[in-house]
Amino acid sequence: MKQQPSHGIRQEAGPVFHELRGKFPRIVRDGWQEPPLEVVVIEKDSIARVAGYLRESWGVAALMDLTVVDYQGYAGGKKPARFEVVWYFQSFESGRRIRIKAAVPDTDPVVPSLSGLYASADWLEREAWDMFGIGFTGHPGLRRILMYEEFSGHPLRKDYPLAKEQPLVEQVHPGVPPFGAKPKALGGE
Amino acid sequence: MMPETEKRTMQLNMGPAHPAMHGTVNIGLELEGERICGSEVGIGYMHRAFEKTVEHRSWNQVVPYTDRLNYVSPVINNVGYALAVEKLLGISVPERGVWIRTLMCEVSRVTDHLTCNGAMAMELGALTVFIWLIRAREILYGLLEEATGARLTVSWSRIGGVSADLTDKFLAGLPGAIREVRRAVSEGNTLLTGNRIFIDRTRGIGALSREDAVSHAITGPLGRASGLDYDVRRDLPYLAYDQVQFEVPLGEHGDVYDRFMVRVREIEQSLRIIEQCLAKLPGGPVGVDDQRVTLPAKDDVYSSMESLIHHFKLLMPGHGIRPPAGEVYQAVEGANGELGFYIVSDGSDRPWRIRVRPPCFFAMAALSKMIDGGLVADVPPVFGSVNMIAGELDR
Amino acid sequence: MKRPSRESAPGRAGESVSWVATRIGDAVSWGRKYSLFQYPFVTACCGMEFMSAAAGHHDQDRFGAAFPRFSPRQADMLIVVGTVSHKLAPVLKRVYDQMCEPKWVVSFGTCATSGGFYDNYATVQGIDTILPVDVAISGCPPPPESVFDAIIKLQEKIQKEGWEAVQSRRRHPPAEARRQ
Repeated sequence: MKQQPSHGIRQEAGPVFHELRGKFPRIVRDGWQEPPLEVVVIEKDSIARVAGYLRESWGVAALMDLTVVDYQGYAGGKKPARFEVVWYFQSFESGRRIRIKAAVPDTDPVVPSLSGLYASADWLEREAWDMFGIGFTGHPGLRRILMYEEFSGHPLRKDYPLAKEQPLVEQVHPGVPPFGAKPKALGGE
Repeated sequence: MMPETEKRTMQLNMGPAHPAMHGTVNIGLELEGERICGSEVGIGYMHRAFEKTVEHRSWNQVVPYTDRLNYVSPVINNVGYALAVEKLLGISVPERGVWIRTLMCEVSRVTDHLTCNGAMAMELGALTVFIWLIRAREILYGLLEEATGARLTVSWSRIGGVSADLTDKFLAGLPGAIREVRRAVSEGNTLLTGNRIFIDRTRGIGALSREDAVSHAITGPLGRASGLDYDVRRDLPYLAYDQVQFEVPLGEHGDVYDRFMVRVREIEQSLRIIEQCLAKLPGGPVGVDDQRVTLPAKDDVYSSMESLIHHFKLLMPGHGIRPPAGEVYQAVEGANGELGFYIVSDGSDRPWRIRVRPPCFFAMAALSKMIDGGLVADVPPVFGSVNMIAGELDR
Repeated sequence: MKRPSRESAPGRAGESVSWVATRIGDAVSWGRKYSLFQYPFVTACCGMEFMSAAAGHHDQDRFGAAFPRFSPRQADMLIVVGTVSHKLAPVLKRVYDQMCEPKWVVSFGTCATSGGFYDNYATVQGIDTILPVDVAISGCPPPPESVFDAIIKLQEKIQKEGWEAVQSRRRHPPAEARRQ
């Protein structure tokens, strides 16, 4: 069946949301459809249970993507917490696509890991840790994947400056001031 | 009395600077002689902070950065990004724009598969096949230069359209290019597909089962070679793919040979789509005429005050294209699999967050599984068949 | 025939140069420039244009610079193709250090020359911050014609070095001297 492309307009919640809310009434917060996807917002600590349920009853066998959004300073609407972790599941048999989101506060940036259920979760969670500092309990070895171990900070957070480099090799090129240095006064020295 | 010989495994790093590693990646191998007992893949050597940089650019300024994601098929990235933002804005490109985007995406897919197969053949010693396929790619690059102005990093799409329509010279040169590509691929096939050495080096090597491919969320030629029948162009149609006929080749064993052959057959299918696009190409404008995104024509800008103001308002920081606040996900079929753009907007002229779902990230996560238990000499063909593009992997 | 002696070698302004020394220098430079063995340190998109320059249509074999040598011990021209990130910089430095003299460094592409438009936390803003560069090729990516232009310029540079380079045994000043 051909899927019509949406125009970013939310439509009312679909079957997956209703079933999840029936099964896990206290953890499902919100849901809508963004054709061709369904979106469900849940409590962060129950993702493993929800993912396991999706796998058994909806045949969702693939975690296609996992990402984090940092909403610090967001001007497009009120958000319940600073971070939001987004999981994107897909079933290849039925073509069902489900995006699950959960609000993660700054004070407790930890969610359960899905690495036992989906093989793709391993590296995806490592990247989320590297870039945002979100911890994943139960992950076999949470360490940096894109940055080097000597790097300090989580670069995709909104409070990490874009151009703050942490070089490993000593820079010998003269004339390039380090990040954050005050410019020289004109007409002086 | 002879002392006991101590037996230990050897740690060897393949990469990050290694001839067989296209791009930079580090494969830490634990070897017992030539056999790999264990491996660990280290990535991130080409991390160029795409996702952070684009938060500081306007919506159209992001397009050159998307070129350099999967840099062997840049048009697909450009178009995927533009489609995602257009979805958020609620605009759709006119017919001709849709068809030329489809055509150029397929041209880019052909260049990607030619490069991947050529490089893989070169790793195995078939340098002639590499030269021939790259020669075919050169012809396509010449055409891309004619149409977009650049050979490789084209930055061709804009929000709401493309940078310029295809020229007559491009359309006239395309049938000849298709012939040359077919010829190069068939000559390469004559040399390789029945070749005992090639088969011995690629059959049964680096096999990935369908269950593993699904669990690792591997799509694209790798997934299809393992038997996973999924193609975003067919299952989640976008652009004009629902109006053209093409097949989705599937493999059986998921080994290197199947991946090579799947790519060869995909080149042929892409050429079919290009021919159909050429035949069905409608006339008309290529970009949407929406005052929120479309720059006014230069004649108007230089003669009318309103157009001048409109032009400025579309380019000044703080103004310009401002999609409504919200989020959207757009998937396109990249050369390596499902390339997804998850975009969050806050209603301003800069993206709040752009997440790229890189298809080869998932394949690289499964690389350990593919090479463990094999020989060191099997790593180049397996790695070549994965078609890791560092720009996309590390972003 | 007068043998070239150390005192008559060029290197200081105003000193006389033995004719034989110059001829030897020219011959050695001629040999060096037409047998460049590159170490292609390929990272990113520029690698595709490097591939095009090396393949049949453009063919850098015409310049004697065809064969890449993937061991730093066997190469004399380090060509850094594409963006170098901070994670990769120690690797690059190590490869450079392992190469034997005489060695030349070419930075291929805008990212290698200056960091390109990746002015961010992850990218080295030009490899000349960590290595001495002989020829810089700009372009994003540079078309193969630019690559050949750079190879020709490098060959002219090598030819000009002559006896001084043959004698000094070390072309690139050590890092301490480059720091200002």
